[in-house]
Amino acid sequence: MMAPLRIAVVYPDLLGTYGDGGNGLVLARRAEWRGHDVTLLQAASDRPLPEADLYCLGGGEDGPQVRAARTLIDDGTLVRRVAEGAAVLAVCAGFQIVGRSFPGAAGDSHDGVGLLDVDTVKPTGPRAVGEVLVEVDPDVLGPLPTLTGFENHGGVTSRSEGTAALGQVVAGVGNGVGDGSEGAVQGRIVGTYLHGPVLARNPALADRLLSWALGDLVLAPLDDTEPENLREERLATVGGKRRRRRRP
Amino acid sequence: MRAQLAGATTRVVNATSRRLGRGQGTVAGGRAGLRLDPRLLEHLSRGRQVALVTGTNGKTTTTRLLTVALGATGDAVVSNETGSNMPPGHVAALAGTRARRAVLETDEVYLPRVLTATAAATVLLLNLSRDQLDRTNEVRMIAGSWRAALAAAPHTHVVANADDPLVVWGAGAARDVHWVGAGLRWQHDAVGCPSCEGRIAFTEVGWSCAQCGFARPDPEATLVVAPDGTAHAEWADGRTAPVRLALPGRFNRSNALMAAVAAEVSGVDALDALDAMEAVQEVAGRFTVRSFGAVRARLMLAKNPAGWDELLDLVADSDAPLVVSINARIADGADPSWLWDVPYERLTGRAVVATGDRFRDLSVRLHYGGVRHTTEADPVLAVSSAAEGSDDVVDVIGNYTAFHDLFGAPQ
Repeated sequence: MMAPLRIAVVYPDLLGTYGDGGNGLVLARRAEWRGHDVTLLQAASDRPLPEADLYCLGGGEDGPQVRAARTLIDDGTLVRRVAEGAAVLAVCAGFQIVGRSFPGAAGDSHDGVGLLDVDTVKPTGPRAVGEVLVEVDPDVLGPLPTLTGFENHGGVTSRSEGTAALGQVVAGVGNGVGDGSEGAVQGRIVGTYLHGPVLARNPALADRLLSWALGDLVLAPLDDTEPENLREERLATVGGKRRRRRRP
Repeated sequence: MRAQLAGATTRVVNATSRRLGRGQGTVAGGRAGLRLDPRLLEHLSRGRQVALVTGTNGKTTTTRLLTVALGATGDAVVSNETGSNMPPGHVAALAGTRARRAVLETDEVYLPRVLTATAAATVLLLNLSRDQLDRTNEVRMIAGSWRAALAAAPHTHVVANADDPLVVWGAGAARDVHWVGAGLRWQHDAVGCPSCEGRIAFTEVGWSCAQCGFARPDPEATLVVAPDGTAHAEWADGRTAPVRLALPGRFNRSNALMAAVAAEVSGVDALDALDAMEAVQEVAGRFTVRSFGAVRARLMLAKNPAGWDELLDLVADSDAPLVVSINARIADGADPSWLWDVPYERLTGRAVVATGDRFRDLSVRLHYGGVRHTTEADPVLAVSSAAEGSDDVVDVIGNYTAFHDLFGAPQ
């Protein structure tokens, strides 16, 4: 009998502001529906981070974000588990804190966990808020359909050379460094600014992460009527608006 | 002179807008008046005793309860009862009356500037939690803006919920604070300490930060809810009184106690205030039963995870058909990701219909939550379809504009 797949939602008490806890639920259900035994862990910040195969970090506010980063660094489990092969999905504040550095509420720089070679600073302009569409780079994650999500962040994230972006925005802001990039991918760590939650809107990305966590297993298809209906509506609404805006 | 002209313009535009049937006539006139006199709110507030009611949830109901309580003295009380809770709505309400007392529902982001303009005698701070994050960004920023604004308003009396750490932070620099143990069911936004970035620990009796000592202040009045749902208030000075309301829900008892303490600060006995509130039957359509053809539906409003958590609890014992309706228009917030913070799993086994502009987002949430449901884009048809095969009144819970779509629909 295979050991259960362990999925941990990291510090929902600090990084649970933007509904990203839903990513853990989506992953757990999609594995269960395929017959896998799953343990879904809500990992509170006042306890040691549990051992898991797949970690999900979400968006949070500036103050709690600083505390989450410091606690993860002191705890050490996340870095060790990644070295042992665990996969990570890190969204928004979570994306920033798995990078090398990120800004606190006052704009001062804080150390990140250092799993992704990215650095985040405060933008000079307004927050990036709104719907996003992202074309994924097929060389990075293999072919994936257009990603849809909602961004809401005050961060500009630059990648070091050799760190791939998740993709290119065709609507929205993304990393905000002027090259149209969104997110970052290194090994089995995916960082992104997309809420929605991103895996609720993009089941193919959920399955890519699950496949990694299950030892590169090829996953059987699921009935995705509900998520596909949502995707279709979001792509049409956001894509349609974008085209209209471009007309003179 | 300019203020008089602007005030008159506000009244004329409002009356015209109402006559033309364009809405409730509370924003257009206010905007016109403020264009003529940007300090119109300040001018209209002069000489009045103003109370501001703010927080994420319960603003409209608490505003109504306090208005009724203050009105029981026989004084005329003006209020922005249609829920237009930004300066144009405030101006519109004040322009039409000489009432000496005013109770103004105030958007939580606008509190600092409305406080400055009105020099309010009393401010009620109910609670703070995630809501419309695309507009408000972070609840800690709001708490911080309250704190700064109230520190600069030494003549304002503050009535604040001692059970919400973010509210306590927001009120903490004010000169005169009346703390109320009003309860806080949704604690998920308050774990990170607003004072030091430590961690707030909640216990049965209170909360505190282990790192900096920031802790729940001792309240002067506390709401006590019995297992059977009945509630009473206990004052630190030994008084007790039942909190009876025609309105349902624990959260409304909490709103009533906040309003009673605010009434006392404004010179009305708190127990008399609670008595007066018992007469309130409905507030801006919430919990009213409406007919749609042959079908009857009870309309409920929940805008955010904290509100949904309370209402799902309220309908937990019922097996009436349920319609859930979600929009993501400007007044709702453009990002419905918060649906994933709502414990919809509690609806497992109920007959549920998902509707509203964003029924597809809701449907995905229910799908992963294991809640069987059908979908119907049109909210009125959704109510009819939910009623099929049942004689019960259909329960409908919608967020802000979704609620108003049905409340305003032809009967």
